[in-house]
Amino acid sequence: MNKNYIIAGLAIFVIAILSPFWFNMVTLTQAAPEPELLGKAKTEKKCVLDKYDMRANHMSLLDEWRDSVVRDADRLYTGVNGHTFNMSLSTGENSCLGCHEDKEKFCDSCHTYASVDPYCWECHTNPKEIK
Amino acid sequence: MMEKSRRSFLKVAGIAAIGLGAAPAMNFAASDSHGTAQAVKGKNQEVLTAHRWGMVIDTNKLNDEVVENIVAACHKAHNVPDFNHEVDEDKFPNTRPVNHKQEIKWIWEEGFHNGFPDKEDEFLAEKFHDLPFLVTCNHCKNAPCVKACPTQATFQREDGIVLMDYHRCIGCRFCMAACPYGSRSFNFRDPRPFIDETVSTFPTRTKGVVEKCNLCSERLAKGEQPHCVEASEGAIVVGDLEDPESEVRALLNEHYTIRRKQSLGTEPSVYYVM
Repeated sequence: MNKNYIIAGLAIFVIAILSPFWFNMVTLTQAAPEPELLGKAKTEKKCVLDKYDMRANHMSLLDEWRDSVVRDADRLYTGVNGHTFNMSLSTGENSCLGCHEDKEKFCDSCHTYASVDPYCWECHTNPKEIK
Repeated sequence: MMEKSRRSFLKVAGIAAIGLGAAPAMNFAASDSHGTAQAVKGKNQEVLTAHRWGMVIDTNKLNDEVVENIVAACHKAHNVPDFNHEVDEDKFPNTRPVNHKQEIKWIWEEGFHNGFPDKEDEFLAEKFHDLPFLVTCNHCKNAPCVKACPTQATFQREDGIVLMDYHRCIGCRFCMAACPYGSRSFNFRDPRPFIDETVSTFPTRTKGVVEKCNLCSERLAKGEQPHCVEASEGAIVVGDLEDPESEVRALLNEHYTIRRKQSLGTEPSVYYVM
């Protein structure tokens, strides 16, 4: 009977083909970083969308905001939660960075972990950086 | 157990299919019915609006000093790089040398002969030979750059301002070829090392995009006059060309004005009081 050989072979095959996952399980211990809420963002407790929606969809929201500001000249966004925000990444108190003051700990920590490299900051400026 | 006939199998399959489709349909109906709170986008209360924005430049009120102030105010506020600026080697190491043909400008001084080549009178009034003229984007009604742009990065807003969405610009420079006024500049390199003092209220540009005057749409949105108007000591007025009561229309009524290369049919919105 070849049954044993086949099962053994399959087992080796599965182990081999999933080797990158095994490798990561052994070598990577760090969990996904939590974006740190500092300063105003910590006390405010109300973002544009709720936490999970924001986490999953902030890029679509920013895309929508950009079109709205540039094309329709609409610059204020009143969210479902009734708060009004200035549709801007980094200018003014009521913008993204106006509340989430620390770009490194808020944007970059996750983006670096997820290995995404959005090019927002090639044009937009972090007010903290240009002092 | 009952014998499975084809008929009974199809019945069960059909009911199962309806069941599968029901959940999304119910969810859809449910989400529709309680949509009371919707996100709303709007403008600032102080916003300045117009049917068609235009600019009147009184050339009699311009002198070298005023012109210099205007250009400086605009370029500073919009983070326009100056390639004569000395690069900070600590912050931007290994910056390659500058090619001065690649300058970037939003508003600049031009002589009459270059600004108005079709107005070459044989015996032109002498004062025009060395008067400083200010030229910028004309925010044309029939803007050729808008038609040339393959990605709609350059577009005309409803209020007549010809704007750029730098996010969409692919740097093809068709718009630069199309613009008869040379109002557009291309970023051949990262502009940041050449910005003297980066202003945080306006983004910089990146390598590979075209840029030009935006008639300070970011200021109009806040109810403020453009930077050039504020720095001009009354030489520049911006207002609604289609409103007969507006200040620009009053100026156009009172004075003889010319526009740049009018014969091309682009319908520039910048008028010069002579």
